[in-house]
Amino acid sequence: MAQYLALTYTDDVDWFAPEQAAGLAEYREFAQRDGGAVLSSAVLHPTSTATVVRVIGARGGEVVTADGPYAETKEALTGYYLIEAPDLDAAVAIAARIPAAWAGAVEVRPVLAWK
Amino acid sequence: MTAGVVGAYGRLADTVRIEGARILATLVRTVGSLPVAEDAVQEAVLAALRDWPRTGVPTQPRAWLTVTARRKAIDILRREGARAAKERDGADLMELAEPDLPPENVVRDDQLRLIFTCCHPALAPQARVALALRTLCGLSTAQIAAVLLTTEPAMAKRLTRTRQKITAARIPYRMPSGAELPDRLAAVCGVVHALYTTGHAPLSGEAALDVDACAEALRLGRLLHDLLPDEPMPAAVLALLLLTEARRPARVDEAGEVVPLADQDRSRWDAALIAEGGALLQESLRRTGGVADPYQLQAAIAAEHASAAGYPQTDWAEIARLYDLLMSVAPSPAAALSRAVAVAEASGAAAGLAALEAVPPGPRWYAVRAELLAREGRYAQAVEAITASLAGDLTAPERRHREQRRASWANGDAARG
Repeated sequence: MAQYLALTYTDDVDWFAPEQAAGLAEYREFAQRDGGAVLSSAVLHPTSTATVVRVIGARGGEVVTADGPYAETKEALTGYYLIEAPDLDAAVAIAARIPAAWAGAVEVRPVLAWK
Repeated sequence: MTAGVVGAYGRLADTVRIEGARILATLVRTVGSLPVAEDAVQEAVLAALRDWPRTGVPTQPRAWLTVTARRKAIDILRREGARAAKERDGADLMELAEPDLPPENVVRDDQLRLIFTCCHPALAPQARVALALRTLCGLSTAQIAAVLLTTEPAMAKRLTRTRQKITAARIPYRMPSGAELPDRLAAVCGVVHALYTTGHAPLSGEAALDVDACAEALRLGRLLHDLLPDEPMPAAVLALLLLTEARRPARVDEAGEVVPLADQDRSRWDAALIAEGGALLQESLRRTGGVADPYQLQAAIAAEHASAAGYPQTDWAEIARLYDLLMSVAPSPAAALSRAVAVAEASGAAAGLAALEAVPPGPRWYAVRAELLAREGRYAQAVEAITASLAGDLTAPERRHREQRRASWANGDAARG
C-alpha cells in the first residue's frame, strides 16, 4: 500500500457559512463511503486567514510574515485527505469521489515513504 | 566501412532493438522496476551489438538476449542491494534464474501491461510518446530527441522524470479492467497516432533522421491491433496509419519537393497498404455498429482519397460530410481547416472561403486561404495570405513550395494588371 495526499482546490469558501451546508454534506457522504481509505483529513479556513512565514537569509534570521496565501490562484487550497491505496489508479478512483473533483480539482501527490 | 557492412549492421541493430523492446515487457514484471529492467535490457543490447558482429548472430537471438538481460538484471539488483528486491515476490525473481523463455501468451500479456503503463493518462501526452519510443520501440535517448525535435539532455531529463513518476506514484503495471478500458485505450491510440503525425509532418528542418517515426508508429499500431484484435479503436488507428502511409511515397518528388494531393502520381500509392487499411476500417466499423469514433472517420476520409481514380474524381461531397461528422465528435482547428478545403472542392472556392471564416488562423490556414483566393483570381490577396503563411516554422520543402506559389501568383497578378 502507498499513501497519497489528495489536495482539494476549490473556490476560496468559508465552510462555516450557512450556504456551504449542502456542500459540506457532500463531503460527509464521501467520508462515510471512503472513510476506510482516509488516514487523516483537514478542512482549511479561507485564504484570507493565511499567513506566509519566511526567515531571511539562513536559519535563525529575521522572521518575516505576510498576509495572504503563498500562491494567488483562482482556485484555492481548501483542504486535504491523506489516503491509502495500492496504486495510482486506485488513488485516482478515490480522489474522483471527493466533491472538490467536480467543484474544482483534486491534486493527488504520492507521499514519500521513509524506509 | 562499406555501405554493405553499414547496412548489415543497421539491420542487426534494428533486430536487437526490436527484440530488446519485446523482452523488456516481461523483465519489467519480473524485477518490478521499469528503470532496472530498462538498464538490464540496454546492457544486453550493447553486449549483443559488441559481440555479434564478431561471433555471428546466435541461432536463437531472442533466447540469448533474454538470458543476458536476466543476468544483467540480477547484477543490477545485487549492486543496488536487497532494497529493490525486498518488495518483490520471490516467485517473480525466481523466474530470472530460469533457463526457459516465457511462453508467447505471457509475453503478450506483459506487452499489453507495458503499453498501458507507458501510455497512462496520468503522464503528460509528450512524455507518453517519449516513453513509448524508449520502452516499446527501444530507441536511444538521442534518437527520441531527434524524433521529437528536442535536445538529448532535455529528453534524458524528461524520461528520468517520467520514470520517477511511474515509480513514486505507483502507476500500475497491469491491463486496465473492462470499465476502464475505453478511456485507457484512447490514451494508447493517441500515442500511436501522435507518433505517426510526428514523423509524417515534421514542423521544421530538413528530413534527416536515422529513425523513421512513421515506421515505428506503424509497428506499434500493428502490435496493439495484434494484441487486442477485437477492439475497434486500435483497428481504426492502424487503418488510418496504413491509408496515410500508402500515399507517403507520392507526397515528395525525387528532388525532395512537396507534391500537392492534386498533382500526386497515384500509381506511386501503395495499393497493398490501401487494401489492408480499407479492410481494417470495415472490420472496425462493423464492430462499433456504425457509431464512428474520430479515428474511424479520419480513416474513412483517407480511404475516400485513396480509392479515387484521380483528384477531380474524388467524392468531395462525401469527404465534406465525413469532416462534418468528425467536427461533431472531435472538433479541432485542423479538422475544421480540412473541412473547409473539402467544402471548396465540393461547392467552389467562395464556399471554401466562407467555411474558413469560422476557423482560427494559423500558418496552414493562410496557405489554404491563399490557394482559394488565387482560384477566385484575387492574386494580390493570395500573395498577401501566402506571405503570412511563411511566418512560422516550416519544413524546407514546404517553404520552397509556398514561395513558388507566391512567385507564380505575383506574376499572374502582374500579367493581369
